Amino acid sequence: MSTNKVIHALYNDDDVLMDAVKQTRKAHHHIEEVYTPFPVHGLDKAMGLAPTRLAICAFIYGCIGLSTATWMMNNIMISDWPQDIGGKPSFSYIQNMPAFVPVMFEMTVFFAAHLMVITFYMRSRMWPFKQAENPDVRTTDDHFLMEVAVSGNENDMVSFFQNTGAVEVKVIEKH
Amino acid sequence: MILMVVGLLGIGYGFLTAPKDIKEVEAILAAEHHGHGTGHEAAGHEGHEAKGHDAHGAEAHKAEATEAHAPTVDPVHHDAVPVANVAEKELDSMHVDTVAIAAAPVVHTEAPADLGIRKHKTEKVDEHAEHEKHLNHVLHQLQNKPWAALYVACIFFLLISMGVLAFYAIQQVAQAGWSPVLFRVMEGITAYLPVASVIFFILLLLSAFHFNHLFVWMADGVTDPASPNYDKLIAGKSGYLNVSFWLIRAAIFLIGWNLYRHFSRKGQLAQDESSDDSNYKKVFKMSAGFLVFFIVSESIMSWDWIMSVDPHWFSTLFGWYVFASFFVSGITTICMITLYLKNNGYLEHVNTSHIHDLAKFMFGISVFWTYLWFSQFMLIWYANIPEEVTYFVTRINDYTLPFWGAVVMNFVFPILILINTDFKRISWVLVMAGVVILCGHYVDFFNMIMPATVGDQWFIGIPEIASVCFFLGLFIFVVFTALTKVPLMPKRNPFIEESKHFHY
Repeated sequence: MSTNKVIHALYNDDDVLMDAVKQTRKAHHHIEEVYTPFPVHGLDKAMGLAPTRLAICAFIYGCIGLSTATWMMNNIMISDWPQDIGGKPSFSYIQNMPAFVPVMFEMTVFFAAHLMVITFYMRSRMWPFKQAENPDVRTTDDHFLMEVAVSGNENDMVSFFQNTGAVEVKVIEKH
Repeated sequence: MILMVVGLLGIGYGFLTAPKDIKEVEAILAAEHHGHGTGHEAAGHEGHEAKGHDAHGAEAHKAEATEAHAPTVDPVHHDAVPVANVAEKELDSMHVDTVAIAAAPVVHTEAPADLGIRKHKTEKVDEHAEHEKHLNHVLHQLQNKPWAALYVACIFFLLISMGVLAFYAIQQVAQAGWSPVLFRVMEGITAYLPVASVIFFILLLLSAFHFNHLFVWMADGVTDPASPNYDKLIAGKSGYLNVSFWLIRAAIFLIGWNLYRHFSRKGQLAQDESSDDSNYKKVFKMSAGFLVFFIVSESIMSWDWIMSVDPHWFSTLFGWYVFASFFVSGITTICMITLYLKNNGYLEHVNTSHIHDLAKFMFGISVFWTYLWFSQFMLIWYANIPEEVTYFVTRINDYTLPFWGAVVMNFVFPILILINTDFKRISWVLVMAGVVILCGHYVDFFNMIMPATVGDQWFIGIPEIASVCFFLGLFIFVVFTALTKVPLMPKRNPFIEESKHFHY
């Protein structure tokens, strides 16, 4: 039973990594995860990850922000305490709307941006005091690590990864 | 071989549109005759509003009838011009006299009766200067209508090619890796620039020599304190806003833009044949210089050619606003022509990623346009200073549909349809969005020019549609002819390999 065993293949160049990922996928090995020091353009597509749904979240958050701003400005400036600023109609939201557009815009952006970042962190299981998950500290510096589940002949796989240009290939027992 | 086919296609398209255009031009002339004739009739029947109005209708029918035999229209038209002009001048002084002598309300009952105008004017009675201006408009708007229609269409297509030229220069300066496969398309579109410049400059000259009254600040006696036409505000601006300086500026800008367009194109073509990158570097430097010249000249251009139709009113971000409008139109045009060529199999290296990027620009600059549109609107709305806010009062009251329609077409529609990533890659969605954006920005320019020149007599009728058709036909003919002249792939651009493999 080698189901808990994984191969850690380290690369020191993102182009080599990209080629290696493509070869690995072609050879039908299962890539568990790739750790990189910076976002590698196109890696998600090469790994065959499903497209992100973060954009949909962003749209929803933006709508929430827009609604919140509308409700907030209506409450503050019209219903709770109507204020006459520059003689603008203070008893009607719609007639005073141009003055609120900057607020509505900013709140839309604020909600979309902040909630999107928080969503991204949560989805990536990153929160304060979380222990780092990356298996090798070098992936925070200048190395790229591909983690592949071992299935079948272990030695064959090690040599396969050495042929993809890896600078280091390790077999690790995962707990 | 492929290019020959493109050539045939382009020229065939041009020929197909050409006869239609000539007919359209006839229509424009007939309509112009109609406009002048009406002015004349109205002048003759000053005070007899019902008659004047009938004459209006009769003239319209006559104009339509004469449309069929254009040759007879032409001499009539030419005869009509001086007559109308004389009548107009008489009328002018008459009205100004009335303003000076009689109380405003008297003029009021007269003016609405004369040409069938309604109530919103009562709001503006107080403002003498504005009032006078408005009277001038009432008198001139019908004569102005076909001219303004021609002017809007002409400047719109001129600025589309300018928008593309600016986009092209930015790509050069940014050393963009994605866009070189589209350079030939952009150059094809900017080939329209020299043609448009000549036509446009002729239009400006015609305005300068009083063949039309698009620019009220050119009227006789505006700067002369002794004249009944005297306008203190315009007189104060006459150091800048005078006909000769205005024409000189226009000439400098048009020549400067055309020079860049000519030499950048030449450098690009030379780069294909050369063995090093020296031509490329030359174009790069030229583009950087052009952008500096462009942003200054563009701003001044927008004051001169567009904002000065409302000579009392000014907005400090007008240059940007106009820029955003024609920039997004230019990018949309690139996108649509690219899609057209791609669908006909001529741009094998253009993939959906390039289209996607263009669509992102369409989306982004549409939002940018809205930002400037709203910034201008909100500041004026909030400050509510009479001489500023009249600009929007006119537009909202008299141009309700085009004014809000432009916002819907240029903002609401693009943002809803183009916000989706997948839609930015679907041809038919882009073509639909592009058509709406282009129409929306035509309406935007219409809103900039028409209220000051035509007032509430606007109508998108034969002159407007015919002018657009004429310039569209000319635009398509020139652009597609230019596209056939050289291979559509820049061979030796240093970034061409990156561009071919551009993948997002």
